[in-house]
Amino acid sequence: MFFLHIGALVPLNTLGHYIHWHWIDISVANFVVIVLMVVTFVAALLAPFPGRRRRKEHQ
Amino acid sequence: MSTEIDRQWTNRLRRRALKLLPPEKLMPDTQPTYVSSWIYVFGVTTMAALAVVIASGCLLALRGPQWWHTSSVGLFVNSLHLWSVEIFFFAMVIHLWGKYFMAAWRGGRALTWITGVVTFVTSVATAFTGYLSQTNFDSQWISTQAKDGINATGGGAYWNVLNTGQMLMWHIVLLPIAVVALVALHVLLVRVKGVVPPFEEPVKVGADR
Repeated sequence: MFFLHIGALVPLNTLGHYIHWHWIDISVANFVVIVLMVVTFVAALLAPFPGRRRRKEHQ
Repeated sequence: MSTEIDRQWTNRLRRRALKLLPPEKLMPDTQPTYVSSWIYVFGVTTMAALAVVIASGCLLALRGPQWWHTSSVGLFVNSLHLWSVEIFFFAMVIHLWGKYFMAAWRGGRALTWITGVVTFVTSVATAFTGYLSQTNFDSQWISTQAKDGINATGGGAYWNVLNTGQMLMWHIVLLPIAVVALVALHVLLVRVKGVVPPFEEPVKVGADR
Protein backbone atom coordinates (compact mmCIF):
# COMPACT_ATOMS: atom_id res chain seq x y z
CA MET A 1 0.00 0.00 0.00
CA PHE A 2 2.84 2.34 0.94
CA PHE A 3 4.50 1.86 -2.46
CA LEU A 4 1.19 2.49 -4.28
CA HIS A 5 0.98 5.89 -2.58
CA ILE A 6 4.61 6.66 -3.42
CA GLY A 7 4.01 5.58 -7.02
CA ALA A 8 0.97 7.85 -7.26
CA LEU A 9 3.20 10.88 -6.61
CA VAL A 10 4.81 10.41 -10.03
CA PRO A 11 2.17 9.44 -12.60
CA LEU A 12 3.99 7.27 -15.16
CA ASN A 13 0.94 6.23 -17.16
CA THR A 14 0.63 9.53 -19.02
CA LEU A 15 2.33 11.11 -22.01
CA GLY A 16 5.87 12.33 -21.34
CA HIS A 17 6.66 16.03 -20.97
CA TYR A 18 9.19 17.57 -23.34
CA ILE A 19 11.31 20.72 -23.36
CA HIS A 20 11.58 22.48 -26.74
CA TRP A 21 14.20 25.18 -27.16
CA HIS A 22 15.27 26.08 -30.70
CA TRP A 23 16.63 22.78 -32.12
CA ILE A 24 16.90 21.15 -28.69
CA ASP A 25 14.13 18.65 -27.96
CA ILE A 26 14.53 16.68 -24.73
CA SER A 27 12.21 14.90 -22.32
CA VAL A 28 11.90 16.41 -18.84
CA ALA A 29 13.01 13.07 -17.33
CA ASN A 30 16.25 13.02 -19.36
CA PHE A 31 16.86 16.72 -18.62
CA VAL A 32 16.44 16.12 -14.88
CA VAL A 33 18.91 13.19 -15.01
CA ILE A 34 21.52 15.31 -16.85
CA VAL A 35 21.10 18.17 -14.32
CA LEU A 36 21.48 15.66 -11.45
CA MET A 37 24.64 14.27 -13.07
CA VAL A 38 26.19 17.75 -13.38
CA VAL A 39 25.24 18.59 -9.76
CA THR A 40 26.69 15.26 -8.53
CA PHE A 41 29.88 15.82 -10.54
CA VAL A 42 30.40 19.27 -9.02
CA ALA A 43 29.67 17.85 -5.55
CA ALA A 44 32.18 15.03 -6.19
CA LEU A 45 34.86 17.64 -6.93
CA LEU A 46 34.06 19.95 -4.02
CA ALA A 47 32.92 17.63 -1.21
CA PRO A 48 35.75 16.71 1.19
CA PHE A 49 36.70 13.04 1.06
CA PRO A 50 36.41 11.37 4.48
CA GLY A 51 39.78 10.68 6.11
CA ARG A 52 41.86 12.35 3.40
CA ARG A 53 43.40 14.97 5.72
CA ARG A 54 44.21 12.29 8.32
CA ARG A 55 45.89 10.14 5.66
CA LYS A 56 47.92 13.11 4.39
CA GLU A 57 49.21 13.87 7.89
CA HIS A 58 50.07 10.21 8.36
CA GLN A 59 52.22 10.05 5.22
CA MET B 1 70.25 -23.89 -17.85
CA SER B 2 66.49 -23.98 -18.19
CA THR B 3 64.68 -27.28 -17.90
CA GLU B 4 61.94 -28.50 -20.19
CA ILE B 5 59.35 -27.58 -17.56
CA ASP B 6 60.72 -23.99 -17.43
CA ARG B 7 60.16 -23.68 -21.17
CA GLN B 8 56.52 -24.81 -21.07
CA TRP B 9 54.12 -22.12 -22.21
CA THR B 10 52.15 -22.26 -18.93
CA ASN B 11 55.36 -21.65 -16.98
CA ARG B 12 56.41 -18.76 -19.21
CA LEU B 13 52.94 -17.24 -19.06
CA ARG B 14 52.86 -17.45 -15.25
CA ARG B 15 56.30 -15.82 -14.91
CA ARG B 16 55.31 -13.07 -17.31
CA ALA B 17 51.99 -12.41 -15.49
CA LEU B 18 53.74 -12.30 -12.10
CA LYS B 19 56.35 -9.90 -13.43
CA LEU B 20 53.70 -7.62 -14.94
CA LEU B 21 51.30 -7.77 -12.03
CA PRO B 22 52.77 -9.15 -8.79
CA PRO B 23 50.16 -9.95 -6.05
CA GLU B 24 51.04 -6.83 -3.98
CA LYS B 25 50.35 -4.68 -7.05
CA LEU B 26 47.19 -6.60 -8.02
CA MET B 27 45.64 -6.20 -4.56
CA PRO B 28 47.54 -3.34 -2.86
CA ASP B 29 47.20 -2.49 0.84
CA THR B 30 47.63 1.24 0.35
CA GLN B 31 47.07 3.81 -2.38
CA PRO B 32 48.56 7.30 -2.92
CA THR B 33 46.75 10.17 -1.13
CA TYR B 34 45.34 11.56 -4.37
CA VAL B 35 43.29 8.36 -4.85
CA SER B 36 41.12 9.62 -1.95
CA SER B 37 38.67 11.21 -4.37
CA TRP B 38 34.94 10.78 -4.96
CA ILE B 39 35.70 10.31 -8.68
CA TYR B 40 37.06 6.81 -7.92
CA VAL B 41 34.06 6.05 -5.71
CA PHE B 42 31.95 6.54 -8.83
CA GLY B 43 34.19 4.11 -10.73
CA VAL B 44 33.58 1.48 -8.04
CA THR B 45 29.86 2.36 -8.00
CA THR B 46 29.81 1.61 -11.74
CA MET B 47 31.21 -1.87 -11.13
CA ALA B 48 28.80 -2.50 -8.23
CA ALA B 49 25.89 -1.46 -10.45
CA LEU B 50 27.20 -3.76 -13.21
CA ALA B 51 27.10 -6.69 -10.75
CA VAL B 52 23.43 -5.91 -9.97
CA VAL B 53 22.67 -5.53 -13.70
CA ILE B 54 24.12 -8.98 -14.42
CA ALA B 55 22.47 -10.65 -11.41
CA SER B 56 19.02 -9.18 -12.20
CA GLY B 57 19.54 -10.01 -15.91
CA CYS B 58 20.22 -13.66 -14.98
CA LEU B 59 16.97 -13.73 -12.98
CA LEU B 60 15.06 -12.29 -15.97
CA ALA B 61 16.64 -14.94 -18.23
CA LEU B 62 15.56 -17.70 -15.83
CA ARG B 63 11.85 -16.88 -15.95
CA GLY B 64 11.36 -15.11 -19.30
CA PRO B 65 9.17 -12.28 -20.71
CA GLN B 66 5.75 -13.47 -19.47
CA TRP B 67 7.10 -13.46 -15.93
CA TRP B 68 8.68 -9.99 -16.10
CA HIS B 69 5.56 -8.52 -17.78
CA THR B 70 2.84 -9.99 -15.58
CA SER B 71 3.95 -11.11 -12.09
CA SER B 72 4.69 -8.57 -9.36
CA VAL B 73 8.07 -10.15 -8.55
CA GLY B 74 8.93 -10.22 -12.27
CA LEU B 75 8.02 -6.55 -12.61
CA PHE B 76 10.19 -5.77 -9.57
CA VAL B 77 13.21 -7.63 -11.02
CA ASN B 78 12.61 -5.94 -14.38
CA SER B 79 12.63 -2.54 -12.64
CA LEU B 80 15.72 -3.55 -10.65
CA HIS B 81 17.45 -4.35 -13.96
CA LEU B 82 16.46 -0.97 -15.45
CA TRP B 83 17.38 1.13 -12.41
CA SER B 84 20.72 -0.61 -11.88
CA VAL B 85 21.50 0.27 -15.52
CA GLU B 86 20.52 3.89 -14.78
CA ILE B 87 22.93 3.96 -11.81
CA PHE B 88 25.59 2.21 -13.93
CA PHE B 89 25.48 4.95 -16.59
CA PHE B 90 25.06 7.77 -14.06
CA ALA B 91 28.17 6.72 -12.11
CA MET B 92 30.19 5.83 -15.23
CA VAL B 93 29.60 9.24 -16.84
CA ILE B 94 30.67 11.10 -13.66
CA HIS B 95 33.79 8.89 -13.45
CA LEU B 96 34.47 9.59 -17.15
CA TRP B 97 34.05 13.39 -16.76
CA GLY B 98 36.38 13.35 -13.78
CA LYS B 99 39.04 11.33 -15.60
CA TYR B 100 38.74 13.55 -18.68
CA PHE B 101 39.51 16.71 -16.67
CA MET B 102 42.37 14.87 -14.90
CA ALA B 103 43.78 13.96 -18.37
CA ALA B 104 43.98 10.38 -17.12
CA TRP B 105 45.79 9.21 -20.27
CA ARG B 106 49.06 10.89 -19.12
CA GLY B 107 52.16 8.81 -18.36
CA GLY B 108 51.55 5.90 -20.71
CA ARG B 109 47.96 5.37 -19.52
CA ALA B 110 46.35 5.81 -22.97
CA LEU B 111 45.09 2.22 -23.06
CA THR B 112 43.45 2.63 -19.63
CA TRP B 113 41.56 5.68 -20.93
CA ILE B 114 40.70 4.00 -24.24
CA THR B 115 39.32 0.84 -22.58
CA GLY B 116 37.13 3.11 -20.40
CA VAL B 117 35.75 4.97 -23.41
CA VAL B 118 35.21 1.74 -25.39
CA THR B 119 33.42 0.26 -22.35
CA PHE B 120 31.10 3.29 -22.38
CA VAL B 121 30.31 2.90 -26.10
CA THR B 122 29.81 -0.88 -25.75
CA SER B 123 27.51 -0.27 -22.77
CA VAL B 124 25.39 2.09 -24.89
CA ALA B 125 25.00 -0.70 -27.49
CA THR B 126 24.14 -3.17 -24.70
CA ALA B 127 21.49 -0.83 -23.27
CA PHE B 128 20.09 -0.22 -26.77
CA THR B 129 19.69 -3.95 -27.48
CA GLY B 130 18.09 -4.22 -24.03
CA TYR B 131 15.42 -1.70 -25.05
CA LEU B 132 14.84 -3.82 -28.18
CA SER B 133 14.50 -7.01 -26.08
CA GLN B 134 11.72 -5.81 -23.77
CA THR B 135 9.03 -7.48 -25.96
CA ASN B 136 6.52 -4.65 -25.63
CA PHE B 137 5.25 -1.70 -27.69
CA ASP B 138 8.22 0.37 -26.55
CA SER B 139 10.71 -2.09 -28.09
CA GLN B 140 8.63 -2.23 -31.29
CA TRP B 141 8.64 1.57 -31.54
CA ILE B 142 12.40 1.88 -30.87
CA SER B 143 13.32 -0.88 -33.36
CA THR B 144 11.19 0.55 -36.18
CA GLN B 145 12.59 4.04 -35.53
CA ALA B 146 16.19 2.76 -35.38
CA LYS B 147 16.10 0.53 -38.46
CA ASP B 148 16.37 3.42 -40.94
CA GLY B 149 19.39 4.86 -39.17
CA ILE B 150 21.15 1.47 -39.06
CA ASN B 151 20.21 0.71 -42.68
CA ALA B 152 21.60 4.09 -43.78
CA THR B 153 25.02 2.94 -42.53
CA GLY B 154 24.76 -0.32 -44.52
CA GLY B 155 24.98 -2.32 -41.30
CA GLY B 156 21.33 -3.41 -41.33
CA ALA B 157 22.11 -6.47 -43.44
CA TYR B 158 24.29 -7.87 -40.66
CA TRP B 159 22.78 -6.25 -37.58
CA ASN B 160 19.00 -6.21 -37.96
CA VAL B 161 17.28 -4.29 -35.17
CA LEU B 162 13.91 -5.77 -36.24
CA ASN B 163 15.25 -9.29 -35.56
CA THR B 164 14.25 -9.75 -31.90
CA GLY B 165 16.14 -13.05 -31.57
CA GLN B 166 19.38 -11.55 -32.85
CA MET B 167 19.06 -8.46 -30.65
CA LEU B 168 18.26 -10.59 -27.58
CA MET B 169 21.33 -12.78 -28.19
CA TRP B 170 23.54 -9.71 -28.56
CA HIS B 171 22.01 -8.28 -25.38
CA ILE B 172 22.37 -11.35 -23.14
CA VAL B 173 25.49 -13.03 -24.57
CA LEU B 174 27.89 -11.09 -26.80
CA LEU B 175 27.68 -7.55 -25.43
CA PRO B 176 27.69 -8.46 -21.69
CA ILE B 177 30.79 -10.63 -22.30
CA ALA B 178 32.41 -7.65 -24.05
CA VAL B 179 31.48 -5.19 -21.27
CA VAL B 180 32.70 -7.47 -18.46
CA ALA B 181 35.95 -8.25 -20.34
CA LEU B 182 36.57 -4.54 -21.00
CA VAL B 183 35.88 -3.59 -17.37
CA ALA B 184 38.25 -6.35 -16.18
CA LEU B 185 40.94 -5.15 -18.61
CA HIS B 186 40.38 -1.53 -17.50
CA VAL B 187 40.82 -2.42 -13.80
CA LEU B 188 43.90 -4.57 -14.52
CA LEU B 189 45.44 -1.69 -16.48
CA VAL B 190 44.77 0.64 -13.52
CA ARG B 191 46.65 -1.86 -11.35
CA VAL B 192 49.55 -2.24 -13.81
CA LYS B 193 50.01 1.46 -14.64
CA GLY B 194 48.79 2.94 -11.35
CA VAL B 195 46.33 5.81 -10.86
CA VAL B 196 47.27 9.01 -12.68
CA PRO B 197 48.90 11.55 -10.31
CA PRO B 198 47.72 15.19 -10.08
CA PHE B 199 49.06 17.71 -12.63
CA GLU B 200 51.52 19.23 -10.15
CA GLU B 201 53.27 15.89 -9.55
CA PRO B 202 55.69 14.33 -12.07
CA VAL B 203 54.06 11.58 -14.12
CA LYS B 204 55.82 8.22 -13.73
CA VAL B 205 54.27 5.03 -15.03
CA GLY B 206 53.69 2.49 -12.29
CA ALA B 207 55.93 4.39 -9.85
CA ASP B 208 53.20 6.07 -7.83
CA ARG B 209 52.97 3.54 -5.02
